[in-house]
Amino acid sequence: MPVQVKRLLLVFAFFIAISVALIYFLTPKSFGEYGHYRGKALEEISSTEIKYVQMDDCAMCHDSIAELKNSGLHATLQCEVCHGPGFNHIEDYENNRMEIPNEGQFCMRCHIMNAASPKKVIKQIDAVEHAEGEDCITCHNPHQPWL
Amino acid sequence: MDKTQSLYEALSKVEGFIYPNEISLNWDMLIVMYPYITGLVAGAFILASLNRVFNIKALRPTYEISLLAALSFMLVATMPLIIHLGQPFRFYEMLVTPHFTSAMALFGFVYLWYLMVVLLLEIWFDYRYDMVIWSQQKKGLMKYVYKALTLWISDTSPESRKTDEKIGYFITVVGIPSAFLLHGYVGFIFGAIKANPWWSTVMMPVIFLFSAMVSGIALIMFIYMLVSYLRKQKIDMNALDTIGKYLFYILILDFTLESLDQIHRIYVADESFDILKILVHGKLFVTFFIIQIGIGTLIPLATLAYLQFKKPSDRVRKIIYATISIFVLVGIFYMRYNVVIGGQLFSKSFYGFTSYKANVLYDTDALLSLVLFIVPFFILAFLLWLLPPWKKIEH
Ligand code: HEC
Ligand code: HEC
Ligand code: HEC
Ligand code: HEC
Repeated sequence: MPVQVKRLLLVFAFFIAISVALIYFLTPKSFGEYGHYRGKALEEISSTEIKYVQMDDCAMCHDSIAELKNSGLHATLQCEVCHGPGFNHIEDYENNRMEIPNEGQFCMRCHIMNAASPKKVIKQIDAVEHAEGEDCITCHNPHQPWL
Repeated sequence: MDKTQSLYEALSKVEGFIYPNEISLNWDMLIVMYPYITGLVAGAFILASLNRVFNIKALRPTYEISLLAALSFMLVATMPLIIHLGQPFRFYEMLVTPHFTSAMALFGFVYLWYLMVVLLLEIWFDYRYDMVIWSQQKKGLMKYVYKALTLWISDTSPESRKTDEKIGYFITVVGIPSAFLLHGYVGFIFGAIKANPWWSTVMMPVIFLFSAMVSGIALIMFIYMLVSYLRKQKIDMNALDTIGKYLFYILILDFTLESLDQIHRIYVADESFDILKILVHGKLFVTFFIIQIGIGTLIPLATLAYLQFKKPSDRVRKIIYATISIFVLVGIFYMRYNVVIGGQLFSKSFYGFTSYKANVLYDTDALLSLVLFIVPFFILAFLLWLLPPWKKIEH
């Protein structure tokens, strides 16, 4: 074998050895435990702080509001879209107040005039013309808009 | 209220109906640079192979320049991707935990193969003998630099040079399909995105490949003239004419393939056609019809065709070639732009558009892209200083 080929093979062997070593040291320990990802990732994700719960959890205590809401057109909305994350509140409601979004423009988050959102799915209004400066909740009950 | 304001601001960027996640583009100018730069590498390498494998003697003066230019651009080819990552320092994870059924995750390996096994080896075998000689001539630090580059082999016997020649030839032969692989792969990535009708075509790898050759050849034409000018050397007009000839041929092929693709789209006119039609006549009008097709393809084609029949004086031809090469380089850049950015401008609902403005000051993707295009020229200057083709001992 010519000398330069031999030398090159040596260099390549060296590179491959380094790569193998790097792969060995850099691959996370739990990689491939369950699939093509870090097994530990599951643990990490499940240990992240929980912020949200479901409507059913709110209904345990606020059953009349939940019932009211579910009887109206806002039935599909989760309580937490309007009141913010509720996990802490459920754990300790005395020290963790929920947000109460009763200032004027809040409802416009969803009901604003928007050419890109289909009118059949969500009714849209012009806030100035429609509410004439009053808060939405003076006329609509947020939990049951037509009450 | 600023939530409403930001919503209105976002909505001012869109037209018609568009899904919320389509408002801002995920792939910006840096992702335009990625196929552009790899294309230049593949094209420059293929031009070098024309000389070596197909034995086109007229291209000899550009052989080393092509290889070194390919290497300079290859060294920055991964940069746009890495910079574009949200977590740039995790890119190595793709290499240590290879995912063999994901085309995107394989880029690292395609890249390493091409860089280590093809480009570096070919250059090494081409320069080995000269580096030995230089290591004997030079003094001080450079002596040891060259010694290290030769891997401490000082064999200059005729047999060893024959071996260099043979292996170099073999690597070039392997290198051609590898260059095709490198750039065909980049096209494949786009062609395989079946949800996007602007990208999803089996022609994509082939179109990318031919446009890569066009841009690579134009690049070498430009660099060859630039280097000769800076060194105050006479340009070998025969070499330049030959490059021009190949640029002409491949430009014809490239244009034919791209037209074929468009004609196919127009004739088939499937449900995505209306939106694509509005796209190319609207937001892409300037970059597609005027720059890519007009400046980047038709003007060079017409001029090169003219040069095949009439030979104006050397001076005029030089000016023509310099202009053409820049036109082609700009044209191919906008071809990448039209593919990458164009493919993200329309909604998957086929009912609306978003818009893209290159950020020069805020996200700086355009500025970074420019830097990434300029850096290879400095690398090339360094390589030409380290391994000057004009100081090679003629074989
Ligand atoms: C363990 C029972 C319990 C659960 C579960 C619960 N709450 Fe409450 N919540 C209360 C009590 C009790 C109050 C009244 C606290 C007070 O006035 O000091 C309250 C008050 C509120 C208020 C008014 C806060 C204020 O400052 O006036 C809101 C809004 C609210 N809850 C929303 C929710 C939502 C949304 C959920 C579901 C994520 C939820 N709650 C789940 C017990 C509960
Ligand atoms: C559309 C948004 C919206 C949704 C969805 C919603 N709320 Fe409310 N909620 C409000 C607003 C606005 C107020 C303040 C009403 C007021 O000030 O009169 C309020 C007030 C409350 C209060 C305080 C009641 C009071 O009389 O002081 C409670 C408790 C509450 N909501 C619980 C819930 C629960 C439980 C749910 C889910 C079943 C829910 N909300 C869903 C908007 C909403
Ligand atoms: C999270 C999005 C959301 C928010 C916030 C929200 N709504 Fe609604 N609203 C809906 C949806 C969804 C419907 C049901 C579809 C419809 O009819 O528009 C609805 C229905 C209504 C309707 C009945 C429309 C009809 O069809 O007659 C009224 C009135 C209404 N909302 C008022 C309000 C008011 C007042 C607020 C503020 C307290 C509010 N909404 C906040 C999503 C929202
Ligand atoms: C002065 C009382 C009043 C106030 C304040 C008011 N609304 Fe209404 N709203 C009505 C009445 C009455 C209707 C039904 C008649 C109509 O469609 O105009 C209605 C209808 C609606 C509808 C259904 C529209 C449709 O096309 O069917 C929506 C959504 C709505 N209101 C949202 C809001 C929001 C959001 C606000 C706060 C910005 C608000 N309203 C404030 C009285 C009020």
